[in-house]
Amino acid sequence: MNKDQALLAYVARLGDNALILGQRMVEVVAAYPELEEELANANFALDYIGQARMFYTYAGELEGKGRGEDDFAFLREENEFQNYLLIEQPNGHFGDSITKLVLFDAFYLLLLEALTNCSDQRVAEIAARAEKEIRYHLRHNTQWLVRLGDGTEESHARVRASVDNLWQYTGELFVADAIDQIFADAFAGPDLDAIHAAWRSQLKSIFDAANLAMPADDWMASGGKQGRHTEHLGYLIAEMQYLQRAYPGASW
Amino acid sequence: MVTTTFSREEILGWLSDVPDPEIPVLSITDLGIVRDVTVTDEVVVDLTPTYSGCPATEVIEKSVVDTLHDHGIEDVSINRVLSPPWTTDWISPQGRDKLREYGIAPPAEGGSKRELLYGKRTIACPRCTSIDTEIVSEFGSTACKASYKCKNCLEPFEYFKCI
Repeated sequence: MNKDQALLAYVARLGDNALILGQRMVEVVAAYPELEEELANANFALDYIGQARMFYTYAGELEGKGRGEDDFAFLREENEFQNYLLIEQPNGHFGDSITKLVLFDAFYLLLLEALTNCSDQRVAEIAARAEKEIRYHLRHNTQWLVRLGDGTEESHARVRASVDNLWQYTGELFVADAIDQIFADAFAGPDLDAIHAAWRSQLKSIFDAANLAMPADDWMASGGKQGRHTEHLGYLIAEMQYLQRAYPGASW
Repeated sequence: MVTTTFSREEILGWLSDVPDPEIPVLSITDLGIVRDVTVTDEVVVDLTPTYSGCPATEVIEKSVVDTLHDHGIEDVSINRVLSPPWTTDWISPQGRDKLREYGIAPPAEGGSKRELLYGKRTIACPRCTSIDTEIVSEFGSTACKASYKCKNCLEPFEYFKCI
């Protein structure tokens, strides 16, 4: 793989993560426990989808075959998506969703901060835009995790179970494969070991405030970045792509 | 070409009449999203989106093109500029006054990254100017606003978030 191919794959992955997480959150629009959180969820989902559009548009330009954002989103198969397993997990209850977002956003914010310094100008620009949004998401979701973890016995027990369940999907965030490696070398990309250390220490302080113990790094699931997904992604893709599959080329 | 007879300043003046679709009291120049206007054979307007997922982006671009068409400029193109990313610091002083008159507390200026993540801000009520206010929700009617209430005059109000 040369550096141009690695850049394309890397940018498409960033798009996949943003899109799949955004789509996941869209599933619960109009079904949230209260109005303010409803608005927060929908607005966060919009941010992710907006980021996905920018990454996919750029991926299409890099590829140079005339594919645009919609081709990447609606006309690829499940195994072509290379998002992390963590973000494709079902929404579950409110505590599950909040826990997933804190685990992911704490990582994503560090990743975006690092990407603002990479040598590919377009990636750096999109990252600078997205970073500001994710900082706000993390602030909001962290407040909720603290409230739930340090809340009642019931909320504490449920959110602790969320952490225990989702922790196994965090390992692959920090394992560099060939695409990460070539991107890091050729474009001054992120150092995932450094991000892992920073993520752990940040989570430690959030978990301390939330009265939650840091789980042990036990067995970790992996494969999302290589297109090997949990059974949950297929259903998401099927719903998301339904219109384009049923009525090819349909537009507003 | 006809277009070359228009000056940059003239065009910026027309754009200052284009409202933001979500907060119509503000124009797109008050909001600070018009980064530049270049007049050659065609007119190129540099626009910066506020949030990645802002649903108003396409509407704003269309309004800009329509406005310039109305003034007889046929060849208009929009250049989306991502860098540097938009910040609420770019909202003009007139824009801040208009927000306040409209009942929305304008964003505080120049927040550091750490403050944005963990900090607490004092927001003055746009109606009675009391600083005895409390946050009701981090999110209001749009992504860019939070909901507050004033404990002095008891009115709810929106705060244009700092980003």
